[in-house]
Amino acid sequence: MTDTLRALMGATALTAVALAAQAETITIATVNNGDMIRMQGLTSHFTDMHPDITVEWVTLEENVLRQNVTTDIATGGGQYDVITIGTYEVPIWGANGWLVPLDDLGADYNIDDLLPAVRGGLTVDGHLYASPFYGESSMVMYRTDLMEAAGLEMPEAPTWEFIREAAAAMTDRDNEVYGICLRGKAGWGENMAFLSAMANSFGARWFDMDWRPQFDTEAWSNTLTFYLDLMTNYGPPGASNNGFNENLALFQTGKCGMWIDATVAASFVTNPTDSQVAENVGFALAPDNGLGRRGNWLWAWSLGIPASSDAQEAAKTFIAWATSSAYTELVAAEEGWANVPPGTRTSLYQNEEYLAAAPFAEMTLRSMESADPTSPSVDPVPYTGVQFVAIPEFAGLATEVGQLFSAALAGQMSAEDALSQAQELATEEMEAAGY
Amino acid sequence: MARAVTTQRKIVFTALAWGIGLMIFFPILWTILTSFKTEATAIADPPVFFNFDWTLENYQVVQERSDYMRYLWNSVALALGSTFLGILIAVPAAWSMAFVPTRRTKNVLLWMLSTKMLPAVGVLYPIRLILIQLGLLDSKIALIFILMLINLPIIIWMLYTYFREIPGEILEAARMDGATLKDEILYVLTPMAIPGIASTVLLNIILAWNEAFWTLTLTTVNAAPLTAFIASYSSPEGLFYAKLSAASTMAIAPILIMGWFSQKQLVRGLTFGAVK
Amino acid sequence: MATQHSRSAARAMMAPAVFLLLVWMLVPLILTLWFSTLDYRPLRGTFDCCEGLGNYVRFVSSSAFWDSILTTLQLLGGVLLITVVGGIGLAILLDQPIWGQGIVRILVIAPFFVMPTVSALVWKNMFMNPVNGLFAHAFKAVGLEPVDWLSQFPLFSIILIVSWQWLPFATLILLTAIQSLDSEQFEAAEMDGAGPFARFGYITLPHLARSITVVVLIQTIFLLSIFAEIFVTTGGAFGTRTLTYLVYQRVIESQNVGLGSAGGIIAVILANIVAAILMRVVGKNLDA
Repeated sequence: MTDTLRALMGATALTAVALAAQAETITIATVNNGDMIRMQGLTSHFTDMHPDITVEWVTLEENVLRQNVTTDIATGGGQYDVITIGTYEVPIWGANGWLVPLDDLGADYNIDDLLPAVRGGLTVDGHLYASPFYGESSMVMYRTDLMEAAGLEMPEAPTWEFIREAAAAMTDRDNEVYGICLRGKAGWGENMAFLSAMANSFGARWFDMDWRPQFDTEAWSNTLTFYLDLMTNYGPPGASNNGFNENLALFQTGKCGMWIDATVAASFVTNPTDSQVAENVGFALAPDNGLGRRGNWLWAWSLGIPASSDAQEAAKTFIAWATSSAYTELVAAEEGWANVPPGTRTSLYQNEEYLAAAPFAEMTLRSMESADPTSPSVDPVPYTGVQFVAIPEFAGLATEVGQLFSAALAGQMSAEDALSQAQELATEEMEAAGY
Repeated sequence: MARAVTTQRKIVFTALAWGIGLMIFFPILWTILTSFKTEATAIADPPVFFNFDWTLENYQVVQERSDYMRYLWNSVALALGSTFLGILIAVPAAWSMAFVPTRRTKNVLLWMLSTKMLPAVGVLYPIRLILIQLGLLDSKIALIFILMLINLPIIIWMLYTYFREIPGEILEAARMDGATLKDEILYVLTPMAIPGIASTVLLNIILAWNEAFWTLTLTTVNAAPLTAFIASYSSPEGLFYAKLSAASTMAIAPILIMGWFSQKQLVRGLTFGAVK
Repeated sequence: MATQHSRSAARAMMAPAVFLLLVWMLVPLILTLWFSTLDYRPLRGTFDCCEGLGNYVRFVSSSAFWDSILTTLQLLGGVLLITVVGGIGLAILLDQPIWGQGIVRILVIAPFFVMPTVSALVWKNMFMNPVNGLFAHAFKAVGLEPVDWLSQFPLFSIILIVSWQWLPFATLILLTAIQSLDSEQFEAAEMDGAGPFARFGYITLPHLARSITVVVLIQTIFLLSIFAEIFVTTGGAFGTRTLTYLVYQRVIESQNVGLGSAGGIIAVILANIVAAILMRVVGKNLDA
C-alpha cells in the first residue's frame, strides 16, 4: 500500500468521522402540552449553539406518546434519544436499567437547585435518571368575581366542606356556570390522578402495608361519594369525559366557578389572550379534611435518555440545555416570565421578576412543598407516589378502576358497585402480579 | 299530466337527495369552515356558519409546529408504494384464480381473507421485535410491506371477482388464433381489466392512507405519515377546535380530492362480484 | 379447457401472494402463540416459561371478556344494520332521476375518505361535546338539556360515528347493483299493478342479496378490528370495550404481553368462527 493511498484512506476515514459528528441527529419524543410546544419553537436557539446536532421532534398527544415510548423502551427499539416521561415512569424504568443516569450534565446544570421533592422523585439509588422540565402540584383555581357575588371568601387553605358550600353558591345552570369542574375522564393520569390525591386527604390509600387493595374501606367510600355528590349537583354536563384540557377550556370560557387541577394551568387561565376570565382568578391550596393531608399531587414532566439511544452524548447536551436556568431565562426573554416552565428549581421562586409576573408562583411552590411522595396518605403505605403507585401494574389497573369511577360519575353504576368492582379487580391484578 | 308528475317527483327526490347528501357531508364541511375561524369563534354559541372573519392563522400555526410536507410525502409514499407492490402481487394471483380455478381456489381465497382478521395489537410485539432485529423500525420499506400485506387479501378478492366477469370465450378465441399466454395477458386481458385494476388501486390507496394503527406504532420521524401528524393535535391545552380542524383538513384534503376526481373509476369496479 | 402448461403457470403466479400471506400470518402468529404461554411483562422484566394455558384461563375468566364479546357483537350488529338499511335507501334515492346527481354522490361518499382518527376527533369534540359541541348548541337552541353523548349513550355514539364512515361504502356497492337492475322487469311489474313496496320486496331486494352479502362480509372484516374510534372517544370506558380493545389494554396499558397475546389468539379464533359462519350462511351467494 502506498503512502498516498494510506493518506487518502486516512483522510476519507477522517471525513467520515467528521460527517458522522456533523450529522448527529437526536429524536425527541414529547407531549403536545404548551410548555413543550414552546420548547420545540425555541429549538433553533439550541441548534445555533450546537450546529453539530440536528433535532427531530415527535410531538404526540399524551396517550399516544406514552403508548409509543413504553413499547419502544420495553422492546429496546432505540427510536428515541430523548423521551418525555413523568415521575411515575422514572423510578420503574430507572430501576430496570432502561434509562441513562444523568449525573454529569455539566457544571452549569446546578443539580442542587432542583426542588427536593421533584429531585427525589426522579432519583433511583442516588442517580438522577431524568431531568425535570416542569413540575406541578394541584391547587384550587377559582373565580374571584363569582366568589364575591356569592358573598364568600376563599381561605388560603380551604376544607372540602367549604368547597362544597362555595360550589353550591356559585352554580348557576341557566347561565352555564358550574360551581366546580373536576376531572372525570377515565385514565390513571386523568380522573385517577385527581381521585387518588383527593383520597389521601380523606385518609384513604391504594394499598395497606401488605399490598392489600383498600377500596372496601370507609375512607374510599367517603371519597367517592363526596366526589360524585359534588359533581352531580354542581359540575358541568358530560364531566365523565372531561380531562385537564376539557376543563381548562371550560374554565377559560367562564363556565367553572372553581377548578382543582394542575398548578401549571394557572398561567393559562391568567393569560388574557386565551382566557376570558384572566382578570378574576384566585388561587388556594388543595382542600383537606382536617386529617393532616391535602388533596394535591406531585408530578414532573422530565426528559430522560433511553439506554437504547445511540446518540446519548448529544441527548445529554440537549437535556442540559432544555432544563437549565439559562433556558428559563431564554423563555422569559422571548415570551415573558409568566410563560417559563415552572416547578423545577428553587432559584425560580427567588426570582423577583418571576414572582411579579406570576401571581400564582407562591401558591404553586407551597403546593409542591406540601406533597410528600413517600408518605402520601394519613396511614403508612408500602409505595411511593402521591397520585400514583410506582409499580408497573399501576397504569393498567388504575385505568380500569378509573373507568369504573367514570361510569359511576356518568350515572351508569352506583358508588358501592364501582368500589366493590374496583376492589375485586385490584385484588385479582395484584395476586396475578405476585404480591 | 304524466310529465307533470315526473317533474314533481324529480323535484321531491332532488330535494330529498340533496338534503341527505348535505347532512352526510356536513361534518366535513363544518371541519373545513372551523379551520378558518379563530378559536373563540370556533366554539361560539349560536354557531356561525359563513359570516365570520376568515383567517389562515390556524394553518400557519400548524405548519410552524409540524412540517406538513414531510408527513404528506410519507403518506403519499406509503399509500402509493404499498398499492403498487400489492397490485404487482395481486394481479397474477387473482388472474390465475379466476381463469385457472382448482378445487382449492375458493378455500385459498377464504384463507387469505381470514388473515385480515388478525387483531393488529395482538401481534404488535412480535412485529416490533422482528423489525428491530431487521433494523427496519421507522422505515418506509417495512411499512409499505405491512400495509401491502394487510390490504392484499381485499385487493386479491376484488380483482378476482372482477376478472371472473371477463368472459372466458374471449380467451378461448384468442388461443384459437394462436395467442401465447403473454399475448393473452397483454393484448386481451389487460385492456379489459384496466377499469377493475384502477378501481382496486384507488380503494387500496384510500385504505392505506387511512390506516392508523401500524403507521402510528411503528414510526417516529422518517416514515411518519399524516395519521401521526394528526395525533399531535388531538387534545392540546386550551381551545383547540380551530387548530384541530386545520390539521384535520390538511390530513384529509389530498385523499378527498383524489377520491372526488376518481369516484367514477372507483365506483365502476367496486362490486366485489355482486353484480351479475 | 386449461392446459397443463397454464396450470403450472397459474400456480407460479399465485405463489408470491400465497407465500407472502403465509409468512405474514404464520410468523407473528407463532410468536404470539409462544408469547401467550409465557409470563411476559416487559415492565417487570419477566420473560419466563411456562404459564401453559394460564394466560388463556385468566383472559377468558375475567368478567371483562364476556362483556367485550357482547359489546363487539352490538357494535357490529348496529353498524351493519344502519349501513345496510341506510345504504339501500340511499342507493334507491340516488338511482332516481335527480338534478345534480353527480354532486350528491360526491357528498355522500366523502366520509369514506376521512381517516378514522380524524372522524372520531371531529365527532367527539365538535359535535358530541356536551358544552361546546354543535349538538349541544342545537339542543339548547330548542330549549332542551344538552346530552352528553359519549357517556350517556357511549356505544350508540360510536356506532353512529362508525356508521357514518361506512355508509358510503355500502351505498356505493348497493348503488352499482341497483343500476344493473333490469328496468324491463321493473316496468312489467308496474304494468301488472305491483305497488312500489311489492316491487321493492319482490324484485329489488332479491336482486340486491348478493351485494348485501358482500357489504356484510367486507364490513365485518373491518369492523371486528375497529380501534381508533374507541381509543379517541371513550378509551374503552362505559361499556365500549370491544374484544380488540380489551387485547389492546392488556398488551399496551397493562404491558402484560403474555396475557394480551392469549387474548389475541382467542380473538383470531373467534373472528375466524364468525367468518366461517358468515361464509356458510352467505357463501352460496358468492358462488358465481
